[in-house]
Amino acid sequence: MNFPFSAIVGQEEMKRALLMAAVDPTIGGVLVFGDRGTGKSTAVRALAALLPEMEVVEGCRYHCDPADRDRSCSEACSARLGREELKISRISVPVVDLPLGATEDRIIGALDIEKALTLGEKSFEPGLLARANRGFLYIDEVNLLEDHLVDLLLDVAATGENVVEREGLSIRHPARFVLVGSGNPEEGELRPQLLDRFGLSVEVTTPKSIDERIEVIKRRDAFERNAQEFSARFAEDEAGNRQKIEKARAIRSHIMVSDSVLGKAAELCLALGTDGLRGELTLIRAARALAALEGCRELGVLHLQEVAASALRHRLRRDPLEEAGSTARIERALEEVFR
Amino acid sequence: MRDPSDGSVGPAEFDAEQAWDDALMAAALLAVDPKALGGVVVRSGAGPVRDLWLTACRAIFPNSVPFVRMPAQIGPERVLGGLDLAATLRHGRPVHQAGLLSQADGGVVVMPMAERLTAATIALMAAALDQGEVAIERDGISARSKARFGLIAFDESVSEAECISPAIGDRLAFHIDLVAVPLRCAQSRRGPNAATIAAARRLASGFESQSGEEDLIAGLIGASIALGIESLRVPLLALWAARAAAALRGETSIEHDDLQLAARLVLAPRATRFPEMPQDESDGRDQPQDRHEPQGPLQSDSHEHENSDDTSTKRDAAFEDVLLEAAAAALPRDLLAQLAQAASQSPRTSRSNGQSGPARRTRKRGRPIGVGRGELGSGDRLAIVDTLRAAAPWQRLRKAVKSSPIEDAEQAGQRRFSVRPDDFRFRRYAQRSESLNIFVVDASGSTALHRLGEAKGAVELLLADSYVRRDSVALIALRGRQAELVLPPTRALTRAKRSLAGLPGGGGTPLASGIDQAIGLALAARRRDQQPTIIILTDGAANVARDGGTGRRTGEDDALVAGRHVRSFHLSALLIDTGPRPSPFASRLAAEMNGRYFALPMADAKALSNIVKRASADA
Repeated sequence: MNFPFSAIVGQEEMKRALLMAAVDPTIGGVLVFGDRGTGKSTAVRALAALLPEMEVVEGCRYHCDPADRDRSCSEACSARLGREELKISRISVPVVDLPLGATEDRIIGALDIEKALTLGEKSFEPGLLARANRGFLYIDEVNLLEDHLVDLLLDVAATGENVVEREGLSIRHPARFVLVGSGNPEEGELRPQLLDRFGLSVEVTTPKSIDERIEVIKRRDAFERNAQEFSARFAEDEAGNRQKIEKARAIRSHIMVSDSVLGKAAELCLALGTDGLRGELTLIRAARALAALEGCRELGVLHLQEVAASALRHRLRRDPLEEAGSTARIERALEEVFR
Repeated sequence: MRDPSDGSVGPAEFDAEQAWDDALMAAALLAVDPKALGGVVVRSGAGPVRDLWLTACRAIFPNSVPFVRMPAQIGPERVLGGLDLAATLRHGRPVHQAGLLSQADGGVVVMPMAERLTAATIALMAAALDQGEVAIERDGISARSKARFGLIAFDESVSEAECISPAIGDRLAFHIDLVAVPLRCAQSRRGPNAATIAAARRLASGFESQSGEEDLIAGLIGASIALGIESLRVPLLALWAARAAAALRGETSIEHDDLQLAARLVLAPRATRFPEMPQDESDGRDQPQDRHEPQGPLQSDSHEHENSDDTSTKRDAAFEDVLLEAAAAALPRDLLAQLAQAASQSPRTSRSNGQSGPARRTRKRGRPIGVGRGELGSGDRLAIVDTLRAAAPWQRLRKAVKSSPIEDAEQAGQRRFSVRPDDFRFRRYAQRSESLNIFVVDASGSTALHRLGEAKGAVELLLADSYVRRDSVALIALRGRQAELVLPPTRALTRAKRSLAGLPGGGGTPLASGIDQAIGLALAARRRDQQPTIIILTDGAANVARDGGTGRRTGEDDALVAGRHVRSFHLSALLIDTGPRPSPFASRLAAEMNGRYFALPMADAKALSNIVKRASADA
């Protein structure tokens, strides 16, 4: 049983980023970097319980969306779509763990060895990327992931499609997922290409206030002693958070974004010298997701300011002689732009 | 607990007895609640004392509990489990073999040479300790299996540079040290017996929250902060340790004694600074102030430590004081020396990638980059599953082709799986041409601050520039009597920055000892297939000899001898003379090392990093 999301003490930026990613998958995932023992992986694993259900084509191994013909898998769905009535079922949004030590064949999928050995049949056994389609892919200790696996992920994340060419198989299937990674920066840096893949990046530290620390330990202790009882205590909060996500998803696309807010976002990115459009786009999307979570009808400047650090801190060009961290640089830029 | 001043034993003996009793107690508490407490880090080489401890430990766990030994060089396929080749071929279908961690479910994993674990294994262990299960996505297998175990990790490191990974250490409640325990002492003293522990185990499962628990937790957190312990896992582990201690006494509520025990076993070994607290030092432990000059923030603390006769200022948090006193009393005698070192490398992260491993065959080293064809017997590692996959589609065809009567008879008996040379697949590894730049920086004298600043700048520039290629840097500072490893080899920019900020200078120039340390690092790096370069920044005034004595003459002679060692190991070296005038000694030293010499009176970070980059490109 997972520790409930709503019971996590403090760490507001991390919780907010995860909720925003749940509201809008196009934000591009979340990277959580920080100290040991700050509940990084607890929070990500807890998110699964908050995610609403989604409609899938029944029996499809890639959980294709019955309403989205363009992205359905070639295996069965696109052939059947339109021609016959598809059965639809509902499943909870998958949160797939990519554990360390996972091998390439299990990630992208491979020849089904059992069938090959027993029946002499050549069939494809989907991997983790298939399972994560339309859901979340979580990599703990993402900075320790082997390079060849990172390359694989980068390719799939860029195209939204997994192409398997091995052992005489030639398969392609949709693989769109929200990438969530966590790690401790002291154990190594992340490859810049992978860093760039993450929409939001948050830094977590051990809480500074004693009261907060006490609460963390009390809750953790209570959970370890009786997980069921503890989770029941937070059931209502969990339901509240789930509803908040569902509502935000519904209103997200109706939120008004004024030109002046767009202008401010551009100005901010310019001031920080972030490369490319991706930063700006993520900034707007994240701010909109936040506005949706708060139930607002219009995107405000405050929303921008609140998400700026998460959306931009990993996109700043490194200046090793700059003493202040990237968060401080963003704060400075925020002050300049929103004075 | 015994009073050290009862006169029957000397302080050294008392320390040894205390250490042994603590070790037995840690084992007992772990046996009470292995799942919550995570395990024990035991600093000790292999030997009879350690064997005695492990035997005692085994005896207090129920017989049915598995004790699984896990070698440090283990690969992920054995940690997590994988395909059982023999069984798979025999049965003609994939047969899964459980990994060590799931075999240890409900029991204990014993890990010798834990400081040698690879980063990948460390992460696996940490995840399993957190979740109580292992997730397997390997070799066509997708499974989860329970893996709730306690971990006994033997830390056999001899130097600070290769200590056990903090990711593991953080999750294990107890850190004990058997290095100073003599065999006689270990043979004569026993800990709690199995029956007591069995009773405690039953009690521990039924703990209710007790009144005043919040104060207790606040005390643990306050004490952790005062001892400079950042991680929040630690006070939580201390709480659980105290609970196990209460259960061991046959109680279900925590008393002062339990807290003291927890403070001594869980908090004290992790202290990174002396607590600022009123103390009455009656146990006759005097800090060895003569050998090591306390540095930086420690100075005031230890001063306070010595003449602290005012015990009047009581704090509100009574628990915190109890805890701190217990923890402070348990701080080892040579803590000052240890702390000085720990502070210089804190947080103590060593990328413990087989820091002192023997040179292994390059075919099996480096980053795995997938699987490819190869020849059997070439020394490459066979990728079993991929081989089977390659062979599988052809089975029907192959069976049809070879149909001699003998084989038919054989096939009637059992299914045969035919693998041909063409099917063999091998794991491929990419050899990184990774480099390690070891900076030896003279932090003495008047220009020290400036030079140190530039060296820091250069280190950061190099790191920022090279982290894509995953090169690493290390920094040794020359100051006072001993050279000091300020930044162990790292490629993490964040960490380097943290270590480098606030690095003080001053004192003499122990060049010889600095070069010795650099050689040590360089040779270790070579064993990891890294390409080391030693970069020395000095104005050429070597005035401290190897033995710590002062004097220009011996200082220079020793430095030249050390320099010759650099040459004898064929290490690439670079000497940057930062003095206002080129010093003849510095250029002689460079010649002795067979290294290059640069006179750079106004060394600035950019120029420095450029020189180093060029030099390591040539190397």
